[in-house]
Amino acid sequence: MQYLPNILFALVLIAGIGFFTRNVRKLIRNIKLGRAIDRSDNAARRWKNMAYIALGQSKMVRRPISGILHVVVYLGFIIINIEILEIIIDGLLGTHRIFQPILGDGLYGFLIGTFEVLAFLVFVAVVVFWLRRNTVKVKRFLNKEMKGWPSNDGNNILYFEIVLMTLFVLMNAADTSFQQAGVGNIVSGFVAPLFDGMGADTIHLVERTSWWLHIIGILIFLNYLYYSKHLHILLAFPNTYYGNLNPQGQFDNLESVTNEVKLMLDPNADPYATPAETETAEVPEKFGAEDVTDLNRVQLLNAYTCTECGRCTSVCPANQTGKELSPRAIMMKTRDRLEEVGKNIDKNGEFKPDGKTLLDYISTEELWACTSCNACVEECPVSIDPLSIIMDMRRYQVMEKSAAPQELNMMMTNVENNGAPWQYNQMDRLNWKDEE
Amino acid sequence: MNVPTMAELAAQGKQPEVLFWVGCAGSFDDRAKKITKAFVKILNKANVEFAVLGTEESCSGDPAKRSGNEFLFQMQAMTNIEVMNAYEVKKVVTACPHCFNTLKNEYPGLGGTYEVLHHTQFLKSLLADGRLTIEGGSYNGKRITFHDPCYLGRANEVYEAPRELIRKLEVELIEMKRCKRNGLCCGAGGAQMFKEPEKGIKDINIERTEDALEVKPNIIATGCPFCNTMMTDGIKNKEKEQEIEVLDIVELIANAQDL
Ligand code: SF4
Ligand code: SF4
Repeated sequence: MQYLPNILFALVLIAGIGFFTRNVRKLIRNIKLGRAIDRSDNAARRWKNMAYIALGQSKMVRRPISGILHVVVYLGFIIINIEILEIIIDGLLGTHRIFQPILGDGLYGFLIGTFEVLAFLVFVAVVVFWLRRNTVKVKRFLNKEMKGWPSNDGNNILYFEIVLMTLFVLMNAADTSFQQAGVGNIVSGFVAPLFDGMGADTIHLVERTSWWLHIIGILIFLNYLYYSKHLHILLAFPNTYYGNLNPQGQFDNLESVTNEVKLMLDPNADPYATPAETETAEVPEKFGAEDVTDLNRVQLLNAYTCTECGRCTSVCPANQTGKELSPRAIMMKTRDRLEEVGKNIDKNGEFKPDGKTLLDYISTEELWACTSCNACVEECPVSIDPLSIIMDMRRYQVMEKSAAPQELNMMMTNVENNGAPWQYNQMDRLNWKDEE
Repeated sequence: MNVPTMAELAAQGKQPEVLFWVGCAGSFDDRAKKITKAFVKILNKANVEFAVLGTEESCSGDPAKRSGNEFLFQMQAMTNIEVMNAYEVKKVVTACPHCFNTLKNEYPGLGGTYEVLHHTQFLKSLLADGRLTIEGGSYNGKRITFHDPCYLGRANEVYEAPRELIRKLEVELIEMKRCKRNGLCCGAGGAQMFKEPEKGIKDINIERTEDALEVKPNIIATGCPFCNTMMTDGIKNKEKEQEIEVLDIVELIANAQDL
């Protein structure tokens, strides 16, 4: 019976980490449903981007208020989690604050003191975040894609943080021997007097309860991530690493098209020649994206990384002028559809056509409202590229379905026939020289 | 107007210093043709040996690509590349940020690698080499604001060249609250120029014109024929065309010197 808590702890830990691993594998499987894309170049620049943008949060502070608060929560989150190491060892071995004698009172007190101060700052920052989200009318939190779950999700995380930080301070405050040692109880020292007059057993019970709830809370939080916009705390790292390094204005040239165009322009090519054996065996490649599986893996990683912060949408010229398009919604819808495809695979072992595509989520009205201005790309704090998804979906509309808006079809006919988007003759191209 | 073509120069066995890529708007659009001519006047004044492709030039393919028609884009690109490579073109300058972006970034992958400059970058280099001088003239002391074209600014991170030229005009350069990296699109990019906007509550060019009106300029300077059209329409919509002019930077420079 003596080992019951240790065994219980081990079971809880295994369950928590087990579920998490299962979700991570699902996540990787889903991302791999996308087309492969080679981003193995320029490793040095990529590491640097990751260090600056994800670790250093360089793009967050462009909006100072939310940016600095976010840095506090983020640093607090990372640093306080060092404490988890001790909690896990204590839990498994049945020890109590195992690092205190190892590190010595001085260093241990300094570390815990730092954690407590950070916990307090995180608490304050989270309260401000909650007020911003729920009482100050910040426009980007009120767009229509933020109804229901996305908005609850944002708040849930804040509640999580508040509860976890409170439990952390509470478990220190109710730890009589820790308080007596008087090292590092910078914040909990102010809370401890609450327990004056309580029996030692009661205080111990408070301490144990807080300790258990704290670690269980952390494991639940870990498993909540997969269902939440908070995946970004993990995925921001690979996402910034694999981000686009080319100038933002450069769109990729579709290689499959290049080959065909070369053939068409080659005067020596025999237009009636049957394609080589190997080519006929392959499924003809689809141009552009109809569904999530036509997108590339970085685009799908983007969808899972999106924090739904709405910075992109708040600077989008189309969205600001009341158009249906919202780059954040493009990312959210891509993720929703990818999740749906993933669940389909979970259920059927492989993907069973469900009569739906990404186009059931993203309307052509949204696609055709984009000016390709790159404001969304520039703004995203974690290097997401909503524009690339919009363009790939336009490509499908135009090249596979010939479904461009009528005016654009006219424009393209002109380009094709007379080398200009308007109905002018190419032979008149230099007339301006002699006009007055 | 002295505008040699590549074909003429080639017949004389000559290579120009730079190819001036005029673009469709610059060739056909009445408003943009004025920008083209202003730029040519400056080139001639600075004794730059340039040439155009004339009737051998064709649409860069940008509007097709942004519409999603990769076939048409690559057909255009490869045709143009074939022409330019035949003339052994090394350096290209253009007054259109869309052509600039496409030629600079998207042509190399299809076999066309050139040094491509926006006209403001090219003039900046002339200035640095002492081949060009810019003076304020009639614009001295005027309030000018510059609207960043998306395909010059964010797309290629060229923010300073146009501003440097404007400052040389001895004017007061005032920035809109959204500028440079944060500049708001005029609404024409991504082939929107060639279609009606999707339904909404406002046109994007009006939103942008309001940004400009806020800083009370005498002149809105542009560096893109499409931005120019959009801002001109915006100013007309606000009935401000008596007070505020919309001019390309090369028009400002040419006008200031009475070219
Ligand atoms: S690129 Fe398109 S989606 Fe992104 S901000 Fe510009 S208009 Fe909006
Ligand atoms: S795409 Fe980037 S900027 Fe837009 S909501 Fe997602 S994380 Fe925020």
